[in-house]
Amino acid sequence: MSYIDNILFAILLGLGFGYFALNVKKLIRNIKLGQDVNRSDNPKERWANMAMIALGQSKMVKRPVAGILHIIVYVGFVIINIELLEIIIDGLFGTHRVFAFMGGFYDVLIGSFEILAFLVLVAVLAFLTRRNIIKLKRFIHNDLKGWPKSDANYILYFEIVLMLLFLFLNGSDLALQMKDAPHYTKAGAFPISQFIAPLFESMSVGTLIIFERAFWWLHIAGILVFMNYLYYSKHLHILLAFPNTYFADLNPKGKFDNLESVTKEVKLMMDPNADPFAAPAPDADAAPTKFGASDVQDLNWVQLLNAYTCTECGRCTSACPANITGKKLSPRKIMMDTRDRMEEVGKNMDANKGVFVPDNKTLLNDYITPEELWACTSCNACVEECPVNISPLSIIMDMRRYLVMEQSAAPMSLNAMMTNVENNGAPWQYSQQDRLNWKNEN
Amino acid sequence: MSEVLSVPTMAEMLAEGKQPEVLFWVGCAGSFDDRAKKITKAFVKILNRAGVSFAVLGAEESCTGDPAKRAGNEFLFQMQAMMNIEVLNAYEAKKIVTACPHCFNTLKNEYPELGGNYEVVHHTQFLKSLLDEGRLTIEGGQFKGKRITFHDPCYLGRANKIYEAPRDLIEKLDVELVEMKRSKANGLCCGAGGAQMFKDAEPGNKEVNVERTEDALETAPDIIAAGCPFCNTMLTDGVKNKEKEAQVKVMDIAELIANAKDL
Repeated sequence: MSYIDNILFAILLGLGFGYFALNVKKLIRNIKLGQDVNRSDNPKERWANMAMIALGQSKMVKRPVAGILHIIVYVGFVIINIELLEIIIDGLFGTHRVFAFMGGFYDVLIGSFEILAFLVLVAVLAFLTRRNIIKLKRFIHNDLKGWPKSDANYILYFEIVLMLLFLFLNGSDLALQMKDAPHYTKAGAFPISQFIAPLFESMSVGTLIIFERAFWWLHIAGILVFMNYLYYSKHLHILLAFPNTYFADLNPKGKFDNLESVTKEVKLMMDPNADPFAAPAPDADAAPTKFGASDVQDLNWVQLLNAYTCTECGRCTSACPANITGKKLSPRKIMMDTRDRMEEVGKNMDANKGVFVPDNKTLLNDYITPEELWACTSCNACVEECPVNISPLSIIMDMRRYLVMEQSAAPMSLNAMMTNVENNGAPWQYSQQDRLNWKNEN
Repeated sequence: MSEVLSVPTMAEMLAEGKQPEVLFWVGCAGSFDDRAKKITKAFVKILNRAGVSFAVLGAEESCTGDPAKRAGNEFLFQMQAMMNIEVLNAYEAKKIVTACPHCFNTLKNEYPELGGNYEVVHHTQFLKSLLDEGRLTIEGGQFKGKRITFHDPCYLGRANKIYEAPRDLIEKLDVELVEMKRSKANGLCCGAGGAQMFKDAEPGNKEVNVERTEDALETAPDIIAAGCPFCNTMLTDGVKNKEKEAQVKVMDIAELIANAKDL
C-alpha cells in the first residue's frame, strides 16, 4: 500500500494551517499597534456577554429574518466542522469513516450534518438573493462598492461549493457502500445524499472511487483555502466575534472615557500650589502625549480588534441618523477604513523589516474626512445595532478629539459654543449670574 | 398659574444649616432656553406640590461640559467637571435630579472618575419614585384619552437604558400611549446630540429632526412627549416644518403632569 496520499494530505494540512498561523500572527501584531486599554475587569460579565452575544447570537435575531438565516449557517458551520476531525484522521491514516464504531450515534451525527448542510445551502441562497436580487439597501450602499461587494458574494459562493462537495462526497461514498466496495465499510445515515447516490449507480467501482476521492480532496482543500481566505476578507468575524464581544466596553453606552492625560494637566492647572515653572517630572522623556487619534496607532487595540471583526453587515449604518438623512457619515465605513489603514500600515511594516516608515498618510483625511466625523450625533444607535458589540462611535470621538485638541479644527459654530462654555459656563452667550432668572419670569 | 415658585438655592439652605433631599440640577437649557424654562418651572411646581425639599445651585451652577466633551474638547469638559465637582462636593451633595438627559448622563457616568460621586436621577425617574412612594398622585385631567407618543432621548434610553420610567408616568395620565416604529433601544435620535445642537448639519438630503418628527406623526398623536429639552426643541421645529403645530403639541413629561394637575 502506498502512503503517497497520506503524505500529500499531511503536507496540504501543514501548508493550510501554517499559512493561516502566519496570518494570525500578522493579525495579532497589527491589533497590537493600538494603544493599551485595560479590559481585564469583570471576567464573569465578559464571559456572559460572549456566551450570549457571540455564541448565543442574541443581537442577531433583533432582525429576525437575517438573524434566523444566520443562525442556520452558523450552527451548520460549527457542527459540520466536527466532521472535520474525522476527515483529518481519515486523511492522515488512510482510514474510512474512522468514527463509524460509534454505531447508531454515528448515524445520527452524519444524518444531522447532512440536514444542516442542506439548510445552510438554502440559507446561503437566501443571502445571495437578499444581496443581489432583492438588493437590500444596506447591501448596495456606497460603502460596499468594488471589493467588499465581491468579497461578500465570494464567501457565499464558497459556502455553496463546500456544502455541495460535502453532500456529493457522502453521496458517492454511499454509492460505494451500496456496491460493497472494499474499504468503504457501511456507516452513516444519509438523509440528503441518498438522493445524490443514484447519480453514481451506473458507474463502476473504479470510476466511482475517482469521483469520491475527488470530492473528498476538493472538500478538505476547499476548507483549508476558505480558512486562509478569512484574513483577506470580512469573514474574520467567525473567529473574532468571540474575543470582540469579550473585550467590548461594559460601561453604560453614554459613558465616554475621560482622557487621563488631560486629567493630569487639568489638575495641575487647577492646583493653586502647582509651580508653573517647575522642571518637568522625571518621566517626561516619554513621547509627548497626543490627544485623540489621527491614525490607527492612536486608537486602542480593542478599536483595532473591532475593525478586524466587522463583517460589514451595515446594520449600524442603516440605523445611523446621519446616514439615514443622506450625510456622508457611515459607521460601517469608519470600521472598514480603520481596517484598510491598519492593513496598509501592516504591509508597510512587512516591507520595512517590521518598522513602520511614515508614508505621509493618516486614517484622518486620507480615509475618514472631518465631514463624516462632524455629522455624528453620538446617539449610540450604531453601537446598539452591532451584533458583535463594535463601537464605531468611540473611533469617531477619538478622531474628533484630535481635530479639536491637536488641530483646533472644530466647525466655527462649535468653537463659538466652546468659547461660551469657557467664559459663561453655558453653550450660549448668557451670564452665569443670570442662571436663576427663570424663577421670577412669567 | 400665578403661584409663587419656591426655589431655594444650596447657599440659602446651607445658611439655614439645612441639607435638601435632592439637588435639582437645572442645566443650561433649563436655565436659559425660553422653551426649556417652562419645563423647569413645571418640574418645580410638581416638587413644590409634593413637598419635596430641594435646592438649586443657581449662579453657582455651570455647564456640565457635555457639549464640549462630545465635540471632542476633553480639556474644557474636564475643567467644567472639576469646577462643578468642587462646588457639589463643597455642598456635600448626595442626590441630584435633572430634567436634561445630557446633564444626567455626564453627572452620572463621567463625573465619578473625576471625584464626583452622587446618586443621579433623571426627573422622570424621580417623579416615578414620588408616585411609587405616594407623595405624588397623577390623574388624567385634561389629557384623558389623548394619543401620546414618547420620543426616547438617546442619552436617557440607549445610553442609560431608562425606557420605562417616562412611559409609566405617561400611562398614569389615562392616555393612549402609542409607540413609534423606532422606539426604545431602536429609537431614532432627534438630531441634537453630540453637540449637533450648536452647529449646522453636514450636507445631506434631510434634517434628522424632520425624519424623527415623521416617525412621531405617523402615530397620529395629539401630543409628542419628550424627556429632554434638546429633543423638545428639535421635535417642536420638526412639527413646525410639517405645519402641524396647530394639531400636535410637543411637551415634556413634567409639563404633562403639571398641566394634568392644573399646577
